[in-house]
Amino acid sequence: MSDSILELRDVRTHFPVTAGFLRKRRVGTVKAVDGVTLTLGRGEVLGLVGESGCGKSTLARTILHLIPATAGTVVLNGRNLSQCSARELKASRRDLQMVFQDPYASLNPRLTVFGALAEPLLVHKVCPASEVGARVAELMRIVGLAPRFVRKYPHEFSGGQRQRIAIARALALEPKVIIADEPVSALDVSIQAQILNLLSQLCRTMNLSLMFIAHDLSVVKHISDRIAVMYLGRIVELGGALDVIDRPQHPYTRALVSAIPTPDPDVERRRQRIVLPGDPPSPLNPPAGCSFHTRCPHARDRCRSEIPPLVPHAGREVACIRLGEF
Amino acid sequence: MPLLDVKDLRTSFHTRDGIFRAVDGVSFSLERGETLGIVGESGSGKSVTCYSIMGLIPQPPGRIEGGTATFDGVDLLHCTPRQVRSIRGKRVSMIFQDPMTSLNPYLRVSEQLIEPLLIHEKISRRSALGRGLEMLESVGIHDAGKRIHDYPHEFSGGMRQRVMIAMALITRPELLIADEPTTALDVTVQAQILELIKAMQGELGMAVIFVTHDLGVVSGLCDRVQVMYAGRVVETADTRSLFRAPRHPYTIGLQRSIPSMQPKGAELYTIPGLPPDPSLAISGCAFAPRCEFAAESCRATEPELAEVGPGHSQACLRVQAGEI
Repeated sequence: MSDSILELRDVRTHFPVTAGFLRKRRVGTVKAVDGVTLTLGRGEVLGLVGESGCGKSTLARTILHLIPATAGTVVLNGRNLSQCSARELKASRRDLQMVFQDPYASLNPRLTVFGALAEPLLVHKVCPASEVGARVAELMRIVGLAPRFVRKYPHEFSGGQRQRIAIARALALEPKVIIADEPVSALDVSIQAQILNLLSQLCRTMNLSLMFIAHDLSVVKHISDRIAVMYLGRIVELGGALDVIDRPQHPYTRALVSAIPTPDPDVERRRQRIVLPGDPPSPLNPPAGCSFHTRCPHARDRCRSEIPPLVPHAGREVACIRLGEF
Repeated sequence: MPLLDVKDLRTSFHTRDGIFRAVDGVSFSLERGETLGIVGESGSGKSVTCYSIMGLIPQPPGRIEGGTATFDGVDLLHCTPRQVRSIRGKRVSMIFQDPMTSLNPYLRVSEQLIEPLLIHEKISRRSALGRGLEMLESVGIHDAGKRIHDYPHEFSGGMRQRVMIAMALITRPELLIADEPTTALDVTVQAQILELIKAMQGELGMAVIFVTHDLGVVSGLCDRVQVMYAGRVVETADTRSLFRAPRHPYTIGLQRSIPSMQPKGAELYTIPGLPPDPSLAISGCAFAPRCEFAAESCRATEPELAEVGPGHSQACLRVQAGEI
């Protein structure tokens, strides 16, 4: 695809598990991300959902090469990041920035807002030192903070304001892609709305591409153009936001959608909830075949042996070999 | 007579940085078998309300400044410690938000599970274990016989929350207080736990107070909902009226800011500003500084809950005056 800005091809991130104190031996592998192929278009918002432990945060960190990929390639703007030198990687990071979940942990408590926002500008020599002050003030205005707070420390701000600082820091280098890992999960409802509005407004006005990772489907549906659903390191369904949430095809997506409580008492009373049995299996010892078969109400024998590929179905891609049979 | 009747509860924390009024005059009552949802953002005082009723506020720095909480004729806030102990854990139990920290990591699940029985009932260890086993099975733990002697860390988050629920319900309480029991869990596991609480409530006929910040969770589970803001109740109504016809500006704003209640991609309504600093005394309506309808009178007079419909009360002066 020529209009894609970020392309992942069969990305895998595996972690060795060792045992023993002095003589470590390898006892297994956690396949946190196990073969993800995705593209992110220019100006597109891609939502990535899944339960905890499904590998969505590991995928985000792998894209930024904060964690090295075990296999597969990440192509940003035509450049293969997996084969870059450290210097090229640093240059590429200008185009690829991240916003983390917890604004209490992701900001350095010893840096003022000015320090946090000026650092990327100085490291990447974006502008001469004399213009840094003006640029920082501009960034603060973009994310809706008054520039007079520039000398304050993170602890003097509320959670929502801290997340705004984190977003401003990500914007400092005018990146083309922002990866936001659960940027609103730590915030209250009324503050969450402010940050969601800010992110979607930034995407529109600055033509940013955004990968938005969250476990809250209603938030993801609201902000995303397309949605990818992950389960145990693989993508099980990928398609337009409304298609995936309103007409889910994969049994896991169906269960996930039916599990979200809606703030409408009449809908809640009528609806048939698909309650999945058990917990997600451990990625250390994933089930053979389709990793969802242990909890799937439609599983058959062949689901236990065949790994289903993502195939086009009903206007999106789904990884289930029994499509159309239930 | 209601099962629980809380009147004008005031709890504050006296710290070096000042007095934090966490709960500032909360009144509500609960009938037998009823489910009450308490919703609010962090710091609105919903958890402190529950901890105060249970007598779990650390004192100092906490202090119950006033009010009563009458459970079946006994004022839990002013009775003897002996009376509290005979009620708490037996007739009123509580489940907490984080099952990772609320179970004792040093004790086997069996020990913690039957502890309430050993304390409150004249029962032998052996028959207590038998009841513990039954309880674990009824909350959906497979091979409970084997797992009962495991330690908490051997269970997953959802399973730990099931153990917590089994522990709370083992004495067949008349009132269960659930403080954000599903917040730390994934959605599919949350669905399991909500169904479980509903089923157990049907079986035991207990009343439930369900504290959450998630309006979605409340709508399917509760008969009545009360919305808290800055330590006060701003609106209380049966679930349907609260969602269909909210009257208080804060409730309305909260609902308009939830993505799932808005068309996709539409700009979300945002309540401007931040919740008030609880260490500063609030004059008038606590929501006035953020309210688009606030008038002069709102900043001067403290609003009281007043009925706007059958079973529907709210605390906004201008709504009460019929101005909005």
